[in-house]
Amino acid sequence: MGQTIAEKILSQAAGRQVQAGEIVVARVDQVMAQDGTAPLAIQVFRQMGGKNPFDPKRVNLVIDHSAPSPTESISNLHKMMREFAWEHGCHLYDVGDGVCHQVMVESGRVGPGCVVVGADSHTCTYGALGAFATGVGSTDLAAALISGRLWFKVPETIKVVCHGPLPPGVFAKDLILYLIGRFTADGATYKAVEYTGSAIKELSMEGRFTVANMAVEMGAKVGLMEVDEKTWEWLREHGGGEFTAFSSDPDAVYAKVVEFDLTSISPQVACPHRVDNVSPVEKVAGTKIDQAFIGTCTNGRLEDLRVAAQILAGRKIHPRVRLVVAPASRKVYLQAMREGILATLVEAGAAVVTPGCGPCVGTHNGVPADGEVVVSTANRNFKGRMGNAKAEIYLASPATVAASAIAGEITDPRPFLK
Amino acid sequence: MQVLRGRAHKFGDDINTDYIISGKYKFKTLDMDELARHVMEDLDPDFYHKIRPGDFIVAGWNFGCGSSREQAPLVIKHARIGAVLAKSFARIFFRNAINTGLPVVECDTDQIEAGDELEVDLARGVVENLTKGVSIPIKPLPPVMLRILEDGGLIAHFQKHGGFKLEGV
Repeated sequence: MGQTIAEKILSQAAGRQVQAGEIVVARVDQVMAQDGTAPLAIQVFRQMGGKNPFDPKRVNLVIDHSAPSPTESISNLHKMMREFAWEHGCHLYDVGDGVCHQVMVESGRVGPGCVVVGADSHTCTYGALGAFATGVGSTDLAAALISGRLWFKVPETIKVVCHGPLPPGVFAKDLILYLIGRFTADGATYKAVEYTGSAIKELSMEGRFTVANMAVEMGAKVGLMEVDEKTWEWLREHGGGEFTAFSSDPDAVYAKVVEFDLTSISPQVACPHRVDNVSPVEKVAGTKIDQAFIGTCTNGRLEDLRVAAQILAGRKIHPRVRLVVAPASRKVYLQAMREGILATLVEAGAAVVTPGCGPCVGTHNGVPADGEVVVSTANRNFKGRMGNAKAEIYLASPATVAASAIAGEITDPRPFLK
Repeated sequence: MQVLRGRAHKFGDDINTDYIISGKYKFKTLDMDELARHVMEDLDPDFYHKIRPGDFIVAGWNFGCGSSREQAPLVIKHARIGAVLAKSFARIFFRNAINTGLPVVECDTDQIEAGDELEVDLARGVVENLTKGVSIPIKPLPPVMLRILEDGGLIAHFQKHGGFKLEGV
Protein backbone atom coordinates (compact mmCIF):
# COMPACT_ATOMS: atom_id res chain seq x y z
CA MET A 1 0.00 0.00 0.00
CA GLY A 2 1.26 3.50 -0.81
CA GLN A 3 2.39 5.88 1.89
CA THR A 4 1.96 9.57 2.67
CA ILE A 5 4.92 11.86 3.46
CA ALA A 6 4.13 11.59 7.19
CA GLU A 7 4.07 7.77 7.03
CA LYS A 8 7.35 7.67 5.11
CA ILE A 9 9.22 9.97 7.48
CA LEU A 10 8.00 8.13 10.58
CA SER A 11 8.76 4.74 8.96
CA GLN A 12 12.34 5.82 8.43
CA ALA A 13 12.62 7.28 11.95
CA ALA A 14 11.12 4.16 13.54
CA GLY A 15 13.15 1.72 11.44
CA ARG A 16 10.11 -0.19 10.15
CA GLN A 17 7.25 0.30 7.71
CA VAL A 18 4.32 1.99 9.43
CA GLN A 19 0.84 3.15 8.49
CA ALA A 20 -1.54 5.73 9.95
CA GLY A 21 -2.94 4.71 13.32
CA GLU A 22 0.12 2.80 14.52
CA ILE A 23 2.10 3.92 17.55
CA VAL A 24 5.84 4.26 17.05
CA VAL A 25 8.78 5.22 19.20
CA ALA A 26 10.85 7.18 16.71
CA ARG A 27 14.24 8.86 16.54
CA VAL A 28 14.19 12.66 16.69
CA ASP A 29 16.73 14.69 14.70
CA GLN A 30 16.41 18.03 16.49
CA VAL A 31 14.76 19.22 19.69
CA MET A 32 13.93 22.82 20.54
CA ALA A 33 12.54 24.68 23.52
CA GLN A 34 11.99 28.37 24.23
CA ASP A 35 12.03 30.43 27.43
CA GLY A 36 8.36 29.76 28.15
CA THR A 37 8.86 25.98 28.06
CA ALA A 38 12.58 25.17 28.45
CA PRO A 39 12.90 25.91 32.19
CA LEU A 40 10.14 23.39 32.95
CA ALA A 41 11.70 20.89 30.52
CA ILE A 42 15.09 21.23 32.24
CA GLN A 43 13.44 20.70 35.63
CA VAL A 44 11.65 17.57 34.34
CA PHE A 45 14.88 16.36 32.64
CA ARG A 46 16.51 16.34 36.10
CA GLN A 47 13.51 14.71 37.79
CA MET A 48 13.62 11.93 35.17
CA GLY A 49 17.22 11.26 36.10
CA GLY A 50 18.71 12.97 33.03
CA LYS A 51 22.44 13.67 33.22
CA ASN A 52 23.37 14.64 29.65
CA PRO A 53 21.28 15.39 26.58
CA PHE A 54 21.36 12.55 24.02
CA ASP A 55 23.31 14.77 21.61
CA PRO A 56 23.90 18.43 22.55
CA LYS A 57 24.37 19.42 18.89
CA ARG A 58 20.75 18.43 18.27
CA VAL A 59 19.45 20.52 21.16
CA ASN A 60 18.36 24.11 20.58
CA LEU A 61 17.40 26.52 23.36
CA VAL A 62 15.96 29.87 22.30
CA ILE A 63 15.33 32.92 24.47
CA ASP A 64 12.60 34.75 22.56
CA HIS A 65 9.29 34.94 24.43
CA SER A 66 10.44 37.61 26.88
CA ALA A 67 13.61 38.97 25.36
CA PRO A 68 15.30 41.05 26.67
CA SER A 69 13.90 40.05 30.05
CA PRO A 70 11.30 42.44 31.48
CA THR A 71 11.40 41.11 35.09
CA GLU A 72 13.85 39.57 37.54
CA SER A 73 11.91 36.28 37.79
CA ILE A 74 12.16 35.80 34.02
CA SER A 75 15.85 36.78 34.13
CA ASN A 76 16.43 33.90 36.53
CA LEU A 77 14.69 31.45 34.19
CA HIS A 78 16.84 32.73 31.31
CA LYS A 79 19.94 32.19 33.45
CA MET A 80 18.86 28.59 34.07
CA MET A 81 18.61 28.02 30.28
CA ARG A 82 21.98 29.62 29.55
CA GLU A 83 23.76 27.61 32.21
CA PHE A 84 22.24 24.37 30.93
CA ALA A 85 23.25 25.19 27.34
CA TRP A 86 26.79 26.21 28.31
CA GLU A 87 27.30 23.19 30.57
CA HIS A 88 26.22 20.69 27.90
CA GLY A 89 27.31 22.49 24.73
CA CYS A 90 23.78 22.88 23.30
CA HIS A 91 22.93 25.52 20.70
CA LEU A 92 21.85 28.65 22.57
CA TYR A 93 20.03 31.48 20.83
CA ASP A 94 20.08 34.39 23.23
CA VAL A 95 18.31 37.75 23.43
CA GLY A 96 18.10 39.36 19.99
CA ASP A 97 18.83 36.25 17.94
CA GLY A 98 15.20 35.87 16.99
CA VAL A 99 11.98 33.89 17.24
CA CYS A 100 12.65 30.17 17.77
CA HIS A 101 11.00 28.96 14.55
CA GLN A 102 12.81 31.49 12.38
CA VAL A 103 16.23 30.67 13.87
CA MET A 104 15.50 26.97 13.41
CA VAL A 105 14.64 27.27 9.71
CA GLU A 106 17.70 29.52 9.25
CA SER A 107 19.99 27.06 11.10
CA GLY A 108 20.49 24.63 8.21
CA ARG A 109 19.93 21.76 10.68
CA VAL A 110 16.26 21.27 9.81
CA GLY A 111 15.38 19.92 6.38
CA PRO A 112 13.44 17.30 4.41
CA GLY A 113 12.83 14.00 6.17
CA CYS A 114 13.82 15.28 9.65
CA VAL A 115 11.77 14.54 12.73
CA VAL A 116 11.75 17.61 14.97
CA VAL A 117 9.99 18.16 18.28
CA GLY A 118 9.75 21.60 19.77
CA ALA A 119 8.21 22.76 23.01
CA ASP A 120 6.15 25.32 21.14
CA SER A 121 3.00 24.62 19.18
CA HIS A 122 4.17 26.45 16.05
CA THR A 123 7.02 23.97 15.51
CA CYS A 124 4.87 22.75 12.60
CA THR A 125 6.40 25.68 10.65
CA TYR A 126 9.26 23.41 9.48
CA GLY A 127 6.80 21.26 7.55
CA ALA A 128 7.41 23.77 4.76
CA LEU A 129 10.91 22.25 4.51
CA GLY A 130 9.47 18.73 4.33
CA ALA A 131 10.23 17.97 8.00
CA PHE A 132 7.88 16.08 10.32
CA ALA A 133 7.94 18.82 12.96
CA THR A 134 5.46 19.07 15.79
CA GLY A 135 4.85 20.85 19.07
CA VAL A 136 5.08 18.99 22.36
CA GLY A 137 4.96 19.88 26.04
CA SER A 138 7.91 20.20 28.37
CA THR A 139 7.72 16.62 29.71
CA ASP A 140 7.71 15.08 26.22
CA LEU A 141 10.58 17.41 25.38
CA ALA A 142 12.54 16.28 28.43
CA ALA A 143 12.00 12.63 27.41
CA ALA A 144 13.34 13.41 23.92
CA LEU A 145 16.24 15.36 25.44
CA ILE A 146 17.31 12.30 27.44
CA SER A 147 16.61 9.53 24.96
CA GLY A 148 16.71 11.11 21.51
CA ARG A 149 13.36 9.42 20.89
CA LEU A 150 9.66 10.06 21.38
CA TRP A 151 6.44 8.14 20.86
CA PHE A 152 4.07 9.22 18.10
CA LYS A 153 0.77 8.06 16.75
CA VAL A 154 1.29 7.96 12.98
CA PRO A 155 -1.29 10.50 11.81
CA GLU A 156 -3.76 10.17 9.00
CA THR A 157 -3.27 12.85 6.36
CA ILE A 158 -5.65 15.41 4.93
CA LYS A 159 -4.52 16.52 1.48
CA VAL A 160 -5.32 20.17 0.86
CA VAL A 161 -5.07 21.15 -2.79
CA CYS A 162 -4.79 24.93 -3.25
CA HIS A 163 -5.47 26.11 -6.77
CA GLY A 164 -3.80 29.41 -7.66
CA PRO A 165 -2.54 31.83 -8.64
CA LEU A 166 -3.43 34.14 -5.76
CA PRO A 167 -4.78 37.48 -6.99
CA PRO A 168 -2.57 40.61 -6.66
CA GLY A 169 -2.52 41.97 -3.08
CA VAL A 170 -3.43 38.56 -1.64
CA PHE A 171 -0.66 36.77 0.25
CA ALA A 172 0.28 33.52 2.00
CA LYS A 173 -1.37 34.78 5.20
CA ASP A 174 -4.65 35.38 3.41
CA LEU A 175 -4.48 31.86 1.96
CA ILE A 176 -4.01 30.18 5.34
CA LEU A 177 -6.62 32.34 7.09
CA TYR A 178 -9.06 31.39 4.33
CA LEU A 179 -8.30 27.67 4.86
CA ILE A 180 -8.66 27.92 8.66
CA GLY A 181 -12.00 29.68 8.22
CA ARG A 182 -13.19 26.67 6.19
CA PHE A 183 -11.60 23.91 8.31
CA THR A 184 -12.38 25.56 11.71
CA ALA A 185 -10.17 25.38 14.80
CA ASP A 186 -10.42 21.59 15.20
CA GLY A 187 -10.98 20.58 11.57
CA ALA A 188 -7.65 18.74 11.36
CA THR A 189 -7.13 17.61 14.97
CA TYR A 190 -4.71 14.66 15.27
CA LYS A 191 -4.12 14.79 11.50
CA ALA A 192 -1.22 15.64 9.23
CA VAL A 193 -2.05 18.27 6.65
CA GLU A 194 -0.34 17.99 3.28
CA TYR A 195 -0.53 21.30 1.43
CA THR A 196 -0.22 21.06 -2.32
CA GLY A 197 -1.39 22.70 -5.54
CA SER A 198 -0.24 25.60 -7.69
CA ALA A 199 -0.97 28.28 -5.06
CA ILE A 200 1.52 26.58 -2.69
CA LYS A 201 4.13 25.93 -5.36
CA GLU A 202 4.11 29.59 -6.38
CA LEU A 203 4.78 30.81 -2.83
CA SER A 204 8.30 31.72 -1.76
CA MET A 205 9.79 29.67 1.09
CA GLU A 206 8.94 32.56 3.42
CA GLY A 207 5.30 32.39 2.36
CA ARG A 208 5.30 28.61 2.77
CA PHE A 209 6.53 29.00 6.36
CA THR A 210 3.54 31.27 7.03
CA VAL A 211 1.14 28.60 5.74
CA ALA A 212 2.81 25.67 7.54
CA ASN A 213 3.05 27.73 10.76
CA MET A 214 -0.71 27.98 11.14
CA ALA A 215 -1.51 24.28 10.56
CA VAL A 216 -1.88 23.97 14.34
CA GLU A 217 -4.64 26.60 14.29
CA MET A 218 -6.86 23.94 12.71
CA GLY A 219 -5.60 21.36 15.17
CA ALA A 220 -3.10 19.60 12.90
CA LYS A 221 -0.05 17.77 14.17
CA VAL A 222 2.12 18.71 11.18
CA GLY A 223 1.68 20.85 8.06
CA LEU A 224 3.76 19.22 5.34
CA MET A 225 4.77 20.40 1.89
CA GLU A 226 6.51 18.70 -1.01
CA VAL A 227 10.17 19.50 -1.46
CA ASP A 228 11.10 21.34 -4.66
CA GLU A 229 13.89 23.52 -6.08
CA LYS A 230 12.87 26.42 -3.80
CA THR A 231 13.33 24.20 -0.76
CA TRP A 232 16.84 23.12 -1.82
CA GLU A 233 17.76 26.70 -2.64
CA TRP A 234 16.70 27.85 0.85
CA LEU A 235 18.79 25.07 2.38
CA ARG A 236 21.83 25.93 0.24
CA GLU A 237 21.54 29.60 1.26
CA HIS A 238 21.40 28.62 4.93
CA GLY A 239 24.20 26.07 4.92
CA GLY A 240 21.92 23.07 5.11
CA GLY A 241 23.36 19.59 5.52
CA GLU A 242 22.39 16.33 3.80
CA PHE A 243 18.69 15.50 3.73
CA THR A 244 16.43 12.94 2.07
CA ALA A 245 13.18 14.23 0.61
CA PHE A 246 9.98 12.20 0.67
CA SER A 247 6.83 12.60 -1.38
CA SER A 248 3.52 10.82 -1.11
CA ASP A 249 2.91 7.77 -3.30
CA PRO A 250 0.19 8.09 -5.97
CA ASP A 251 -1.79 5.38 -4.16
CA ALA A 252 -1.25 6.83 -0.66
CA VAL A 253 -4.37 6.69 1.50
CA TYR A 254 -5.75 10.03 2.73
CA ALA A 255 -8.36 10.70 5.42
CA LYS A 256 -9.76 13.14 2.86
CA VAL A 257 -8.76 15.33 -0.05
CA VAL A 258 -10.06 18.90 -0.08
CA GLU A 259 -9.67 21.34 -2.96
CA PHE A 260 -9.84 25.13 -2.79
CA ASP A 261 -9.99 27.65 -5.61
CA LEU A 262 -8.02 30.65 -4.34
CA THR A 263 -7.87 32.58 -7.59
CA SER A 264 -10.48 35.14 -6.61
CA ILE A 265 -10.26 35.46 -2.81
CA SER A 266 -9.90 38.83 -1.08
CA PRO A 267 -7.41 39.66 1.67
CA GLN A 268 -8.68 37.83 4.79
CA VAL A 269 -9.05 38.94 8.41
CA ALA A 270 -9.56 36.75 11.51
CA CYS A 271 -11.86 38.59 13.91
CA PRO A 272 -11.92 38.45 17.74
CA HIS A 273 -11.55 36.11 19.56
CA ARG A 274 -11.07 33.11 17.30
CA VAL A 275 -8.60 32.33 14.55
CA ASP A 276 -11.33 30.58 12.55
CA ASN A 277 -13.65 33.61 12.71
CA VAL A 278 -12.48 34.70 9.26
CA SER A 279 -13.99 37.35 6.95
CA PRO A 280 -12.92 38.98 3.70
CA VAL A 281 -11.37 42.38 4.45
CA GLU A 282 -14.30 44.18 2.82
CA LYS A 283 -16.60 43.00 5.62
CA VAL A 284 -14.52 44.45 8.46
CA ALA A 285 -12.98 47.46 6.70
CA GLY A 286 -13.58 50.62 8.70
CA THR A 287 -13.06 49.03 12.13
CA LYS A 288 -11.05 51.62 14.10
CA ILE A 289 -7.68 50.42 15.44
CA ASP A 290 -5.33 51.65 18.17
CA GLN A 291 -2.30 49.48 17.51
CA ALA A 292 -0.82 47.60 14.58
CA PHE A 293 1.79 44.87 14.94
CA ILE A 294 4.04 43.33 12.29
CA GLY A 295 6.24 40.43 13.37
CA THR A 296 6.12 36.85 14.82
CA CYS A 297 6.98 33.37 13.53
CA THR A 298 4.05 33.77 11.15
CA ASN A 299 4.88 37.07 9.46
CA GLY A 300 8.07 38.72 10.67
CA ARG A 301 10.23 37.69 7.73
CA LEU A 302 11.97 39.79 5.12
CA GLU A 303 9.24 39.73 2.47
CA ASP A 304 6.72 40.68 5.17
CA LEU A 305 8.74 43.74 6.19
CA ARG A 306 9.39 44.49 2.53
CA VAL A 307 5.70 44.69 1.58
CA ALA A 308 4.98 46.79 4.68
CA ALA A 309 7.75 49.20 3.66
CA GLN A 310 6.40 49.32 0.12
CA ILE A 311 3.03 50.47 1.48
CA LEU A 312 4.43 52.82 4.15
CA ALA A 313 7.11 54.45 1.96
CA GLY A 314 6.60 58.23 1.93
CA ARG A 315 3.53 57.92 4.17
CA LYS A 316 2.87 58.35 7.89
CA ILE A 317 0.89 56.10 10.18
CA HIS A 318 -2.34 57.54 11.57
CA PRO A 319 -1.67 59.97 14.47
CA ARG A 320 -3.77 57.89 16.88
CA VAL A 321 -2.18 54.53 16.00
CA ARG A 322 1.03 52.85 17.24
CA LEU A 323 2.84 50.54 14.84
CA VAL A 324 5.14 47.98 16.49
CA VAL A 325 7.53 45.99 14.28
CA ALA A 326 9.52 42.97 15.49
CA PRO A 327 11.76 41.37 12.83
CA ALA A 328 11.66 37.58 13.16
CA SER A 329 15.42 37.18 13.59
CA ARG A 330 18.75 38.95 13.74
CA LYS A 331 19.37 37.90 10.12
CA VAL A 332 16.05 39.40 9.03
CA TYR A 333 16.75 42.54 11.09
CA LEU A 334 20.18 43.03 9.50
CA GLN A 335 18.99 42.46 5.95
CA ALA A 336 16.03 44.81 6.50
CA MET A 337 18.53 47.42 7.69
CA ARG A 338 20.76 46.93 4.65
CA GLU A 339 17.81 47.24 2.26
CA GLY A 340 16.62 50.44 3.94
CA ILE A 341 13.35 48.77 4.95
CA LEU A 342 13.74 49.69 8.60
CA ALA A 343 14.51 53.32 7.76
CA THR A 344 11.28 53.48 5.74
CA LEU A 345 9.25 51.92 8.54
CA VAL A 346 10.75 54.14 11.25
CA GLU A 347 10.25 57.28 9.14
CA ALA A 348 6.60 56.29 8.73
CA GLY A 349 6.25 56.16 12.52
CA ALA A 350 6.99 52.52 13.45
CA ALA A 351 8.58 51.46 16.73
CA VAL A 352 11.03 48.63 15.98
CA VAL A 353 11.61 46.24 18.87
CA THR A 354 14.09 43.40 19.47
CA PRO A 355 13.45 40.23 17.42
CA GLY A 356 11.23 38.03 19.60
CA CYS A 357 7.70 37.02 20.52
CA GLY A 358 6.81 39.60 23.21
CA PRO A 359 3.91 41.50 21.65
CA CYS A 360 2.23 38.35 20.26
CA VAL A 361 2.23 36.47 23.56
CA GLY A 362 1.55 39.41 25.86
CA THR A 363 4.77 39.32 27.83
CA HIS A 364 5.98 42.84 26.96
CA ASN A 365 6.68 45.28 24.08
CA GLY A 366 3.13 46.27 23.22
CA VAL A 367 0.35 45.20 25.60
CA PRO A 368 -2.87 46.97 24.52
CA ALA A 369 -5.07 48.99 26.91
CA ASP A 370 -8.65 48.17 27.95
CA GLY A 371 -11.05 48.43 25.04
CA GLU A 372 -8.30 48.89 22.46
CA VAL A 373 -8.26 47.21 19.07
CA VAL A 374 -5.14 45.69 17.55
CA VAL A 375 -4.55 44.47 14.01
CA SER A 376 -1.68 41.99 13.99
CA THR A 377 0.24 39.67 11.68
CA ALA A 378 0.41 37.01 14.43
CA ASN A 379 -1.27 33.59 14.44
CA ARG A 380 -3.58 33.86 17.48
CA ASN A 381 -6.23 36.37 18.53
CA PHE A 382 -7.54 34.65 21.65
CA LYS A 383 -8.93 36.92 24.33
CA GLY A 384 -6.02 38.02 26.49
CA ARG A 385 -3.43 36.75 24.04
CA MET A 386 -1.53 40.06 23.89
CA GLY A 387 -1.71 40.49 27.66
CA ASN A 388 -5.08 42.20 28.11
CA ALA A 389 -8.38 40.30 28.02
CA LYS A 390 -10.23 43.60 27.49
CA ALA A 391 -8.57 44.22 24.11
CA GLU A 392 -9.62 42.91 20.71
CA ILE A 393 -7.22 41.39 18.19
CA TYR A 394 -7.70 41.06 14.42
CA LEU A 395 -5.25 38.95 12.39
CA ALA A 396 -4.23 39.83 8.86
CA SER A 397 -1.37 39.91 6.36
CA PRO A 398 1.52 42.39 6.72
CA ALA A 399 0.09 44.37 3.79
CA THR A 400 -3.32 44.69 5.44
CA VAL A 401 -1.72 45.64 8.77
CA ALA A 402 0.48 48.31 7.14
CA ALA A 403 -2.42 49.82 5.20
CA SER A 404 -4.58 49.78 8.34
CA ALA A 405 -1.85 51.58 10.34
CA ILE A 406 -1.97 54.43 7.81
CA ALA A 407 -5.76 54.67 7.71
CA GLY A 408 -6.33 54.17 11.45
CA GLU A 409 -8.89 51.50 10.63
CA ILE A 410 -8.89 48.06 9.06
CA THR A 411 -8.23 48.68 5.39
CA ASP A 412 -7.98 46.74 2.16
CA PRO A 413 -4.30 46.99 1.15
CA ARG A 414 -4.84 46.50 -2.55
CA PRO A 415 -5.25 50.19 -3.52
CA PHE A 416 -1.89 50.88 -1.78
CA LEU A 417 -0.11 48.29 -3.91
CA LYS A 418 -1.07 49.65 -7.31
CA MET B 1 -7.30 3.77 39.52
CA GLN B 2 -9.56 5.38 42.09
CA VAL B 3 -13.06 6.69 41.50
CA LEU B 4 -13.14 10.49 41.38
CA ARG B 5 -16.04 12.49 42.75
CA GLY B 6 -16.89 16.18 42.52
CA ARG B 7 -19.05 18.90 41.02
CA ALA B 8 -19.08 20.05 37.41
CA HIS B 9 -17.89 23.51 36.33
CA LYS B 10 -19.09 23.98 32.77
CA PHE B 11 -17.22 25.68 29.91
CA GLY B 12 -17.82 25.88 26.15
CA ASP B 13 -16.01 24.72 23.01
CA ASP B 14 -12.42 25.54 22.00
CA ILE B 15 -11.16 26.48 25.47
CA ASN B 16 -7.59 27.44 24.55
CA THR B 17 -4.44 27.33 26.63
CA ASP B 18 -4.32 31.14 26.87
CA TYR B 19 -7.65 30.98 28.71
CA ILE B 20 -6.42 28.18 30.97
CA ILE B 21 -3.33 30.15 31.94
CA SER B 22 -2.58 33.48 30.30
CA GLY B 23 0.82 33.98 28.68
CA LYS B 24 1.36 37.10 30.77
CA TYR B 25 1.70 34.90 33.87
CA LYS B 26 3.00 31.61 32.66
CA PHE B 27 6.40 32.81 31.50
CA LYS B 28 7.22 34.26 34.90
CA THR B 29 7.66 31.34 37.25
CA LEU B 30 7.86 27.57 37.71
CA ASP B 31 5.70 27.84 40.86
CA MET B 32 2.53 26.08 39.69
CA ASP B 33 0.62 26.77 42.92
CA GLU B 34 1.13 30.48 42.30
CA LEU B 35 0.11 30.19 38.63
CA ALA B 36 -2.94 28.09 39.58
CA ARG B 37 -4.54 31.15 41.19
CA HIS B 38 -4.98 32.54 37.65
CA VAL B 39 -6.58 29.42 36.12
CA MET B 40 -9.34 30.37 33.62
CA GLU B 41 -9.09 33.97 34.85
CA ASP B 42 -9.94 35.65 31.54
CA LEU B 43 -13.18 33.64 31.29
CA ASP B 44 -14.15 33.81 34.98
CA PRO B 45 -12.03 36.00 37.28
CA ASP B 46 -13.29 34.17 40.41
CA PHE B 47 -12.94 30.64 39.08
CA TYR B 48 -10.04 29.65 41.34
CA HIS B 49 -12.10 30.54 44.43
CA LYS B 50 -15.11 28.54 43.22
CA ILE B 51 -13.18 25.26 43.09
CA ARG B 52 -13.67 22.67 45.78
CA PRO B 53 -10.88 20.05 45.72
CA GLY B 54 -11.82 17.26 43.34
CA ASP B 55 -14.23 19.30 41.23
CA PHE B 56 -14.30 18.76 37.47
CA ILE B 57 -13.88 21.05 34.51
CA VAL B 58 -16.50 20.01 31.94
CA ALA B 59 -16.23 21.42 28.43
CA GLY B 60 -17.25 20.92 24.80
CA TRP B 61 -15.14 20.26 21.71
CA ASN B 62 -11.39 20.83 21.31
CA PHE B 63 -10.46 21.55 24.93
CA GLY B 64 -6.88 22.83 25.33
CA CYS B 65 -6.29 24.08 21.80
CA GLY B 66 -3.54 26.59 21.20
CA SER B 67 -0.06 26.56 22.63
CA SER B 68 2.04 23.64 23.83
CA ARG B 69 2.41 25.11 27.32
CA GLU B 70 2.46 22.29 29.82
CA GLN B 71 1.62 24.87 32.45
CA ALA B 72 -1.99 24.45 31.22
CA PRO B 73 -2.63 20.94 32.58
CA LEU B 74 -0.31 21.64 35.53
CA VAL B 75 -2.26 24.69 36.75
CA ILE B 76 -5.52 22.75 36.46
CA LYS B 77 -3.99 19.99 38.57
CA HIS B 78 -2.55 22.45 41.07
CA ALA B 79 -5.95 24.19 41.30
CA ARG B 80 -7.05 20.78 42.68
CA ILE B 81 -9.35 19.92 39.77
CA GLY B 82 -9.85 16.13 39.73
CA ALA B 83 -10.22 15.65 35.98
CA VAL B 84 -11.18 17.45 32.79
CA LEU B 85 -14.17 16.06 30.87
CA ALA B 86 -14.72 17.17 27.28
CA LYS B 87 -16.23 16.00 24.00
CA SER B 88 -12.75 16.16 22.48
CA PHE B 89 -9.30 17.47 23.31
CA ALA B 90 -6.61 19.24 21.32
CA ARG B 91 -3.70 16.92 20.63
CA ILE B 92 -0.82 18.53 22.53
CA PHE B 93 -2.92 19.27 25.62
CA PHE B 94 -4.13 15.66 25.72
CA ARG B 95 -0.55 14.34 25.69
CA ASN B 96 0.61 16.89 28.24
CA ALA B 97 -2.24 15.98 30.59
CA ILE B 98 -1.40 12.27 30.46
CA ASN B 99 2.32 12.98 30.84
CA THR B 100 1.72 15.09 33.94
CA GLY B 101 -0.88 12.74 35.43
CA LEU B 102 -4.02 14.88 34.99
CA PRO B 103 -6.94 12.58 34.09
CA VAL B 104 -8.64 13.63 30.84
CA VAL B 105 -11.96 12.08 29.96
CA GLU B 106 -13.51 12.08 26.49
CA CYS B 107 -17.28 11.69 26.77
CA ASP B 108 -20.63 13.24 25.83
CA THR B 109 -20.64 16.29 28.10
CA ASP B 110 -24.05 17.48 26.84
CA GLN B 111 -25.47 15.24 29.55
CA ILE B 112 -23.78 17.30 32.26
CA GLU B 113 -24.84 20.70 33.57
CA ALA B 114 -23.03 23.15 35.83
CA GLY B 115 -23.24 22.05 39.46
CA ASP B 116 -24.05 18.38 38.72
CA GLU B 117 -22.46 15.85 41.08
CA LEU B 118 -20.32 13.41 39.10
CA GLU B 119 -18.47 10.20 39.76
CA VAL B 120 -15.69 9.40 37.27
CA ASP B 121 -14.64 5.75 37.20
CA LEU B 122 -11.64 5.47 34.89
CA ALA B 123 -11.19 1.74 35.44
CA ARG B 124 -14.79 0.98 34.46
CA GLY B 125 -14.77 3.67 31.74
CA VAL B 126 -17.90 5.46 32.87
CA VAL B 127 -19.03 8.82 34.25
CA GLU B 128 -22.01 8.61 36.59
CA ASN B 129 -24.01 11.83 36.67
CA LEU B 130 -25.46 11.41 40.16
CA THR B 131 -27.64 14.53 39.90
CA LYS B 132 -29.31 13.41 36.67
CA GLY B 133 -29.05 9.68 37.24
CA VAL B 134 -27.40 8.93 33.89
CA SER B 135 -24.31 6.87 33.03
CA ILE B 136 -22.05 8.31 30.33
CA PRO B 137 -19.49 6.02 28.65
CA ILE B 138 -15.87 7.21 28.43
CA LYS B 139 -13.91 6.80 25.19
CA PRO B 140 -11.05 4.43 26.16
CA LEU B 141 -7.47 5.75 26.21
CA PRO B 142 -4.98 4.32 23.71
CA PRO B 143 -2.94 1.54 25.44
CA VAL B 144 0.30 3.56 25.27
CA MET B 145 -1.28 6.46 27.13
CA LEU B 146 -2.87 4.11 29.64
CA ARG B 147 0.57 2.63 30.37
CA ILE B 148 2.02 6.12 30.98
CA LEU B 149 -0.93 7.17 33.15
CA GLU B 150 -0.75 3.92 35.15
CA ASP B 151 2.94 4.53 35.76
CA GLY B 152 1.97 7.95 37.19
CA GLY B 153 2.96 10.12 34.23
CA LEU B 154 5.98 10.20 31.94
CA ILE B 155 8.46 11.29 34.64
CA ALA B 156 7.58 8.26 36.74
CA HIS B 157 7.63 6.07 33.61
CA PHE B 158 11.22 7.15 32.89
CA GLN B 159 12.23 6.75 36.52
CA LYS B 160 10.79 3.22 36.52
CA HIS B 161 12.07 2.00 33.15
CA GLY B 162 15.06 4.27 32.48
CA GLY B 163 13.53 5.33 29.16
CA PHE B 164 10.56 4.53 26.93
CA LYS B 165 9.07 1.09 27.59
CA LEU B 166 6.14 1.18 25.19
CA GLU B 167 6.92 -1.36 22.47
CA GLY B 168 4.38 -4.12 22.35
CA VAL B 169 1.91 -2.26 24.56
